[in-house]
Amino acid sequence: MDFYNIVFYLFALITVVSAAFVVTTKNVIHSAFFLLFTFFGVAGIYVLLGADFIAVVQIMVYVGGILILLLFGVMLTNKITDVEIRTGTIHLLPAAIGVGVFMGALIAVMVWTNWKSVPTEIPLTTTKTLGNLLITDYVLIFELLGILLLIALIGAASIARRDKE
Amino acid sequence: MSESLIINLSVLILFLPLFGFTTVIFLGKKFPKLYLFEVAILTSALLLSIFVLYAKLTFFNVKDIIAEFTWISMNNLPFGDVININLGVKIDNVAAIMLFVVNLISALVHIYSIEYMRGDRYYTRYFAYLGLFTFSMLGIVITHNLLMMYIFWELVGLSSYLLIGFWFHKKSAADAGKKAFIVNRIGDIGMFIGILILFTNYKTFTFDVIFEQIAAGNLPFGSEAWLTAAGILVFMGAVGKSAQFPLHVWLPDAMEGPTPVSALIHAATMVAAGVFLVTRIFVMLTADAMLVIAVIGAFTSLLSATIALTQNDIKKVLAYSTVSQLGYMIMSLGVGAYVFAFFHLVTHAFFKACLFLGSGSVIHAMHHEQDIQKMGGLKKKMPITYWTFLISTLAISGIPLTSGFLSKDGILAGTLAFGKLTGHWLIPITGFTVAALTAFYMFRLVILTFHGEPKDHHKFEHAHETPWVMTAPLVILSVLSIFIFYTPNPISPDAGWFMKNWVKTPTQVVPDNTRYHHMVESTEEAKAEIHGEIVHSVEYTETMHWAHYPAMLMSLIVAGFGILIALIFYTWKKVNADKLADKLKLLYKGSLNKWYIDELYDKTAISGTLNFSSILAWFDQKIIDGAVNGSAWLTRVVSKFSGWFDTFAVDGLVNFTAFFSGFVGFSFKKLQTGKVQTYIVFVIFSVIILLLLFKPF
Amino acid sequence: MLQVGLTHFLVVSAILFSFGIYGIVTRKNAVMVLMGIELVLNAANINFIAFAKYGNFGFSGQMIALFVIILAAAEAAIALAIVLNIYKTFLSVNVDEIDHLKE
Repeated sequence: MDFYNIVFYLFALITVVSAAFVVTTKNVIHSAFFLLFTFFGVAGIYVLLGADFIAVVQIMVYVGGILILLLFGVMLTNKITDVEIRTGTIHLLPAAIGVGVFMGALIAVMVWTNWKSVPTEIPLTTTKTLGNLLITDYVLIFELLGILLLIALIGAASIARRDKE
Repeated sequence: MSESLIINLSVLILFLPLFGFTTVIFLGKKFPKLYLFEVAILTSALLLSIFVLYAKLTFFNVKDIIAEFTWISMNNLPFGDVININLGVKIDNVAAIMLFVVNLISALVHIYSIEYMRGDRYYTRYFAYLGLFTFSMLGIVITHNLLMMYIFWELVGLSSYLLIGFWFHKKSAADAGKKAFIVNRIGDIGMFIGILILFTNYKTFTFDVIFEQIAAGNLPFGSEAWLTAAGILVFMGAVGKSAQFPLHVWLPDAMEGPTPVSALIHAATMVAAGVFLVTRIFVMLTADAMLVIAVIGAFTSLLSATIALTQNDIKKVLAYSTVSQLGYMIMSLGVGAYVFAFFHLVTHAFFKACLFLGSGSVIHAMHHEQDIQKMGGLKKKMPITYWTFLISTLAISGIPLTSGFLSKDGILAGTLAFGKLTGHWLIPITGFTVAALTAFYMFRLVILTFHGEPKDHHKFEHAHETPWVMTAPLVILSVLSIFIFYTPNPISPDAGWFMKNWVKTPTQVVPDNTRYHHMVESTEEAKAEIHGEIVHSVEYTETMHWAHYPAMLMSLIVAGFGILIALIFYTWKKVNADKLADKLKLLYKGSLNKWYIDELYDKTAISGTLNFSSILAWFDQKIIDGAVNGSAWLTRVVSKFSGWFDTFAVDGLVNFTAFFSGFVGFSFKKLQTGKVQTYIVFVIFSVIILLLLFKPF
Repeated sequence: MLQVGLTHFLVVSAILFSFGIYGIVTRKNAVMVLMGIELVLNAANINFIAFAKYGNFGFSGQMIALFVIILAAAEAAIALAIVLNIYKTFLSVNVDEIDHLKE
C-alpha cells in the first residue's frame, strides 16, 4: 500500500460516492454540489494517470463552466423562492434492477478481461506535447472543434432567445 | 487540299438545307420573311458544292473519298458474329457532280419559286418543304451505304408526298400525293427485301464492302440466282422512284403539285435518284438483271412516249416525256452504257428543269391555264421563255450542238452496240423509235404553245413575260444545255472531259460467267492497245466505236423526221391531226387515255385489294368479333367467380391481416410511452440480454 | 489485487457510467438528466486516459479526452438553451411530461 494506491482509493471513493449522491438525492442543488465533488475526484484520477493538463482542463471547463451552466439552468427553470428544489423520479425499480445488473456485468467484463497492459512512460508535464499535437496531427479536428464551438455559441444564444409565441 | 475538307464540306452541304427546313418550319409563321433565309441557305450550299466539285475533280480525280463511323455495334449475336453498322459518306466523281446538279437546280427552283408561289397561303411552309427535300436528296447522293440510302430514299418520298399534296385542299392534289406515296411504297418493298438479302449475307450495308465480297466470289446464299434477284429487287426501288413501268402511274399525277416542285423533284432530281441508285449498284448486276432493267427501261420509254403524243396538258406532256427519258437512262444502264446514262441524267436534269420552269412561266402568265390547245402565239409575248424553252426542246430532241444530243447519241450508240453484241435488236429499235416520238411531241408542244394564232384571246391579251427571278433560272438552265459545257467537240461526247476524265464505267464485280460476254475484261495486253480507254473488253470498245457514227446518223434522221412530222401537222397543217386521230381511233384513244393502265390498276389491283379488304372485314366482323365477344362473355363469367373469390377469400385475408395488425399494435401501444427514459431502460435490458447471450467474459 | 492497475480505473469508470445511466433514466428534471450525461462522459474520459497510460497508444487517448470535454461544453450550452426554451413553452422541465410526439 504505497502512497499512490492510497491516493487512488481516496479519489475513487470520492468519485463513486459523490456520483451516487448525485443520482439519488432529490434536491437538485445538492445534486449539483455532489457533482462538483465527482468532477474533482475524476480530475484527481486524471492526475494519477499522468494527464495533468486534462485534469486542469477538467476542473476549469466542468467546474468553472458546465457546472455553473447547470446551476443557471436549475435557477432559471424553477421558482427561485423555493428553498428546496426537488426533482421527481420515475421507474426507480426497473432502473435500479437494470442498472445494477448492467453494472455487475460491466465490472465483470472489466475484471475478467485479460488486458494487455503496457505502461507508457508519461512525461512529467504533458502540456507541451499536447500543444504540439494540437497544431500538427490534430489541427484539422482542432479547427473543426473551434468552428463547432462557435456554432454552438450562436445556436445556443439563438435558441434560448427565441420568444414564445 | 485535304480529303477531310471535302468530307466536312459535303456533310455541311447536306445539313444546311435541314437547318433551313427546321428554322423555317418552326419560325416561319412568326417571321414570314424567313423564306429568304431558306433561299440564302440553298445559295450558299450551291457555292459550297461548286467548290467541292472543283476540288474533287481537280485534286482527287480518281480517288473515292470515304469517311465512316460505326453507328451500331452488335456483339454476341446468336449466330456468333459481330455486326457493325457503319454510317458514312462517299464522295466519288458521280456524287460530287450530283451534289452540284441537285444544289444548282434546287437553288434555281428556290429563286424561281419566290415569284411563282407569291401570295400562297403556305408560302414559308413551301420553302421549308423544299429544304427538307433538298436535304433528303443530298443524303441519297453522298451516302456510302444502303441503309442511309434507304432512309433518305423514304425521306425523299415523304417530301415528295408533302409537295405534291401541297395544295391539299384540292382533292386531286391530295389524291395524287397519296398515290405517289403508295406506289412508291410498292417499289420500296422490293428494294427493302433486296437490301435485306444483301445484309443477311454480308452483314453490312456499305456498298464497297458488299462489292468486295461479291468480287471475292462470295455470292448471296451461294447462288447466282440470288445475286440476280438481289439486283432486281434493289432495282425495284428505282422502278418506283424513277417511275418505270409498271409503277410509272404516279408521276403524271404528281403534276398536281406546284410547277417548280415538278421541275425540281419530278423532273430533275428525285426521279433521277432511281437512276442514281442503279448506277450505285451497277457493278453487282448480273447479265440477267441487266437485261430485265434494259427491257423495263425500253418499254417504259416507248410506252410513255406514245402517251405523250396526245396529251393536251402542258405539264402532262412534260411528265410523260420525263418518264420516257428516265426509261432511256434505265435502259442505258441495262445495256451497260453506264457513263452515258449518268451523262444523260445530268443533261436531262438541266433541260428538263428548264422545260418545267418554262412551262411554269407559261402557266403563270396564262393565269393557270395548262391546256396547250388553248394557247398559241406566246412567242411574241414571252420571248425569253420561248427561246429558253426552244433550246431545251432542241436538247431533249437530240439536235446537234446541244447537250441532249451528246448524251442521247451516246445512249443510242450503247443500245446499238448492245444489239449487235447480244442480238437483242428490239432495244435499239425501241430507242430510235422513242427518239423520233420525243422529237415529235416536244415540237408539237412548242408549236402549239408558242407559235400560231392565239386561241384564247382574252388570256392571251393578259399574258406577259414573267419577272427576272423567274426568267433568270430559265436562262441559266438553257445555257447549261449547250454542248460546250461538256465537250469541245459538238458531235462526240468521247472527246469531252465528262467522258474522258470525270466519269468512268466501273468494272463489274459479279462472276465472269454471269456477265455479258462482252463485259468480261480482256487481257492486260489487249487493254493496253486501245490507250487505256477500255473498261470492259476490246470487243465492246470496238463495237461502241463502230456504233458511234451509225447511231448519230440515225438519231439525227429520226429526230429530224419527228420534227418534220410535227411541222407538217401543226405548222403547215398539211395533214389534219384530228382526222388522222379519227382514222386511228383505237390507237388515239389508247394513247390519250394512257393505255388505260390506271383503269387496269383500278379494276385489278385496287378493286382486288378492296374486295380482299371487304372479305377481311367480314372475317373481322363475324369470326374475330365473334371470338372477341365470346371471350368477353367468358371473361365476365370468370370475373363473377373471381369477384366472389375477392370478396370472401382475398378481402377476408386482407381484413384479417388488418385486424391482426391492429390487435398487435393495440397490445404493444403501451410500450411506446414517448418518454426517452423508458426507452433507455429498454436499451439497458437489451444490452444485458446481449451480454448474457454472448458472454464476452 | 490492491496494487492499482488498469482494471481499477476501468472499474471506477464502469461504476461511474452505471450511475450516469441511472441518473438519466430516473430523474424527471431535464437538468438532472444532463448531469447524468456528464457523468457518463466523465466515465468515458477515464477510460480514454487510462488506456492512454496503459495501452501504448501515445497521446491519442488524452487528445480525445480533451475533445470530449470540448464537445461536452458545447453540448451543455445547447442542451441548456433547449431546456430554457422548453421551460418557456411548457412551463416545466420534466422530461416525462414532454411527450407530444407520441400523438
